[in-house]
Amino acid sequence: MRELSLHILDTLENSLEAGATRLELVIDEDSKHDLLRIRVSDNGRGMDTEMTRRVLDPFFTTRTTRHVGLGLPLFAAAAERCNGRLHIQSQPGVGTTVIAEFQHSHMDRSPLGDLPKTLMAVLLSERPVDLYYRHTVNGESFELDTAAIRRELGDVPISHPRIRSWLSEAIKEGLADIQESAT
Amino acid sequence: MPRLKTLEDLKKLREDAQGELKVRLETGTKIVVGMGTCGIAAGARETMHAILAELEKREIEAHVTTVGCIGMCIREPLVDIEQAGKPRITYGNVKPDMVPRLIEEHLIKGNVVQEWVVGRLPTSP
Ligand SMILES: Nc1ncnc2c1ncn2[C@@H]1O[C@H](COP(=O)(O)OP(=O)(O)OP(=O)(O)O)[C@@H](O)[C@H]1O
Ligand code: FES
Ligand SMILES: [Mg+2]
Repeated sequence: MRELSLHILDTLENSLEAGATRLELVIDEDSKHDLLRIRVSDNGRGMDTEMTRRVLDPFFTTRTTRHVGLGLPLFAAAAERCNGRLHIQSQPGVGTTVIAEFQHSHMDRSPLGDLPKTLMAVLLSERPVDLYYRHTVNGESFELDTAAIRRELGDVPISHPRIRSWLSEAIKEGLADIQESAT
Repeated sequence: MPRLKTLEDLKKLREDAQGELKVRLETGTKIVVGMGTCGIAAGARETMHAILAELEKREIEAHVTTVGCIGMCIREPLVDIEQAGKPRITYGNVKPDMVPRLIEEHLIKGNVVQEWVVGRLPTSP
């Protein structure tokens, strides 16, 4: 995949598939330590130790529509190409955390790409889900919690045409702000 | 710390949105885009975005949602369109540049774009 935000979307979709109702996406870009760190956490059904270990094997999948799972092995390969790695921590019945680390300046590192589009694809999921997102660039952060937005909205869904366009603009502006103040 | 645009905006939006809500949920158009791994790799996120942009441009109000894998890898990106009282149509290999025609034909003129159809389901009860 050409953008890390597509891997992120795929990882968040795994969480939804695992029945998660609360997702966290925390991205930290740190030039001083030349590090890009992406963390996705969920409160989905989780995995036992054996499964957590096997999940990075592309020939392992619990899906029945196809015999190979690709999502996580591809994400791991992308990190490893850039002097980084992918860690998975999971506990059955509690949830899963996936952390991908990259050397920020590595030549082979794909760009983060279009995060607002990734977030909207998740927020428009048929499954009702809340997302906490924090993105930090050299100490400047943008934060979003859809639980707070939902409380404000009452019975109006986030997928309402007016709300979804407002939200997608808000994310775009927020990210542009941190990029600007960080440079 | 730069924060999300004021929640005040939201209060106002909410009031505007609430009034029309009932009507739309009952009579509205529902569009579903598949977001499984194959879908994502085949460009489903961009297709979804093209749909949102086209709807906005033409001021069509439709309910757009995403789902996980629906098990038709080679037909991804998959887009389902459902309108009250009509069969649900599934379109396959929908690329962003196909979206304007899809919206024009299916939503505005009410014609199914036969050559892109990969499945259809009878009217839901
Ligand atoms: N967040 C998660 N919570 C619980 N189980 C997970 C999670 N992420 C992955 N898994 C398990 O790990 C398996 C492998 O995931 P992976 O994304 O690599 O492939 P897949 O989802 O099976 O297939 P693909 O992503 O290629 O469509 C999944 O089938 C699922 O059982
Ligand atoms: S995403 Fe490919 S079969 Fe589901
Ligand atoms: Mg997956």
